[in-house]
Amino acid sequence: MRDLPVLSGLLDQGPLALPGGTLPWLSRRRAEAAERFRAHGLPNRRLEAWKYTDLPRALKDREYLPAQRQEPVSLDAVPALIAEAPLARLVFVDGLYRAELSATAGLPEGVRLLSLAQALEREPALLEGRLGALTEGDGGDDPQQSLLALNAALLDDGLVLLVEPGVVVPGRIELVQLGGLSERPVFHCPRHLVVLGAGARATLVERIQGLGPTGSLANAVTEIDLGAGASLVHLRLQEAGAEAVELATTRGSLAADARYEGFSLTLGAALSRHELLFALVGEGAHIALNGAYLLRGTQHGDTTTRIEHRVPNTSASETYKGALDDAARAVFQGMILVERDAQKTDGRMLNKTLLLSDKAEIDSKPELEIYADDVQCAHGATAGEIDADALFYLRSRGLDGRQARALLIEAFLAEAIETLSDEALHVPLLARVRAWLQVASEKQQGASGGEAGR
Amino acid sequence: MTESMLKITNLHAEVEGKPILRGIDLEIAGGEVHAIMGPNGSGKSTLSYVLAGRDGYAVTEGSVTFKGRDLLALEPEERAGEGLFLAFQYPVEIPGVPNTTFLREAVNAVREHRGEPRYDALKFMKFLREKLKELGMSDEFLKRAVNVGFSGGEKKRNEVLQMACLQPSLAVLDETDSGLDIDALKAVSDGVNALRGPERAFLLITHYQRLLGYIVPDRVHVLSRGRIVESGGPELAERLEVEGYAAFAETEAA
Repeated sequence: MRDLPVLSGLLDQGPLALPGGTLPWLSRRRAEAAERFRAHGLPNRRLEAWKYTDLPRALKDREYLPAQRQEPVSLDAVPALIAEAPLARLVFVDGLYRAELSATAGLPEGVRLLSLAQALEREPALLEGRLGALTEGDGGDDPQQSLLALNAALLDDGLVLLVEPGVVVPGRIELVQLGGLSERPVFHCPRHLVVLGAGARATLVERIQGLGPTGSLANAVTEIDLGAGASLVHLRLQEAGAEAVELATTRGSLAADARYEGFSLTLGAALSRHELLFALVGEGAHIALNGAYLLRGTQHGDTTTRIEHRVPNTSASETYKGALDDAARAVFQGMILVERDAQKTDGRMLNKTLLLSDKAEIDSKPELEIYADDVQCAHGATAGEIDADALFYLRSRGLDGRQARALLIEAFLAEAIETLSDEALHVPLLARVRAWLQVASEKQQGASGGEAGR
Repeated sequence: MTESMLKITNLHAEVEGKPILRGIDLEIAGGEVHAIMGPNGSGKSTLSYVLAGRDGYAVTEGSVTFKGRDLLALEPEERAGEGLFLAFQYPVEIPGVPNTTFLREAVNAVREHRGEPRYDALKFMKFLREKLKELGMSDEFLKRAVNVGFSGGEKKRNEVLQMACLQPSLAVLDETDSGLDIDALKAVSDGVNALRGPERAFLLITHYQRLLGYIVPDRVHVLSRGRIVESGGPELAERLEVEGYAAFAETEAA
């Protein structure tokens, strides 16, 4: 394969080495997906959806070991996000499920939480017909979606959360993915599956955290299927290590009156791409898709979203905000599609970026594609420096330039974070924003020796 | 005359290469209230921004000493710390920053500058409530973001509240009366009058005489084309009201 020798090696090793290797339906899918990925290769910049993110270049000359072949590293404890312990959690370290760090006892009846590999080995019936149900034939013939094919060919482990109709999960479920500890960089293809039956409710806290310096490559796919009236709150906190490459594709489907509330905070990785596609397929479905990105150095962070309103009376609100320092680059591609039958759609999308350095860059592409005639849709994008009037106002009240800047950036991002309905999660997110700003202002002070003259 | 609080000598300043202030001389002693009146474009707001240290206002000649220090050498935040306060003509809206947080950060920054310990959250709230009480203000809009969604009157009252909290030696009020109805004007003026004292000087910058009916100045100066062309007592403001600015512009040309 022309793109990446190591991926080629993985594809050739055959399905038996991977979980569920004895399942004919899965093996067939893996083989077909591998074939497609071989044909398409990694998505490159000639493809519209990948115009601003050069994945082949980021992976050039990198070498990875399949996650399943590494020796598990020793780790005694998982860092806590908030004082309150989660109701349950699955922990993966460098792509490997770690039962001894996970906790799944205490879940109520009607809730299944297990690792994908476990499910494939022990209860494949749980997954047959569900796995890949939302990935449109693992990306089909669309070369822009070849990462779906790659994941389908090599999916190794992940989270499976199945909630029966009407069941309310009485606490947060954590998906913790710790990385950077392995001796050599690993490559893994997590596949997460979240299925909420009608009226079920859950909160999923997904944490991707780099604990060590090793730069691994993840190509994750998450499928989220919400039944009628189901409700999922989903926080994704991406603080992978500085050398990591984090690729994630999320596919979701919302039935009538279902609600999905997603918030992503992107802080880590040398290169990250989070691509989300949600289809609103039942009337009354509502999605809130929000996020923030804080990038510095030469980090590259890509958020690509697509919300499809397929039936009448659905609504979507989407706000992504970010701050970029140094030569960091962010990409925001947002699409709201309103199909012909989707009258009375209410769709709003906003992307706002603060550029803290002359070399920082945002490529923002909000798009509306509307085929219905009775809809309310709006989109907007702004990018710019910190408001000079506000900065002077604060300084005229005694705050020095560093404090004033930090207060304004924090306020700008806090507005996004405070959209998250689970308020206990504001605290750790705001703490991360502050820590990021602390580094930014220390660096600025070191570089300029304080404020420049008036 | 007591010791000079602010002394402006032959001040020239330009904005984007265009001369606006063309030789201002002004001296204000502690406890005094001075008013600068002038038509649009006379340089009133430029003077206030030069005093507060805004970017883009270049002093080309002259000096300003504030409490014996070279004011022009200080950063805006240092000027605030030294006791200079500018009430903005157009107070800036800052989404996402709660008014209380803003006031606390400002008060603590100025306290630190003055070598006083920071207030913790509890002490600050006590301090703030006292100030609100003194000014007869409700604590309702403390919770809102700074000036966001405030009416014109509320914004100006918020400026007065900041002034009360920061306890400046010299407060410059830039067209504080603009856009206010009579009730708001009266409320703002009452707030300012409550802060008058032997240790605090005021510089009122205004287009109209009506503010000076509520805050009676010790001295009135007429600004025209970047220069003070006439100075006098409160009666000068009344003369201006009758004769208009045109009469004074001629004086300047002579």
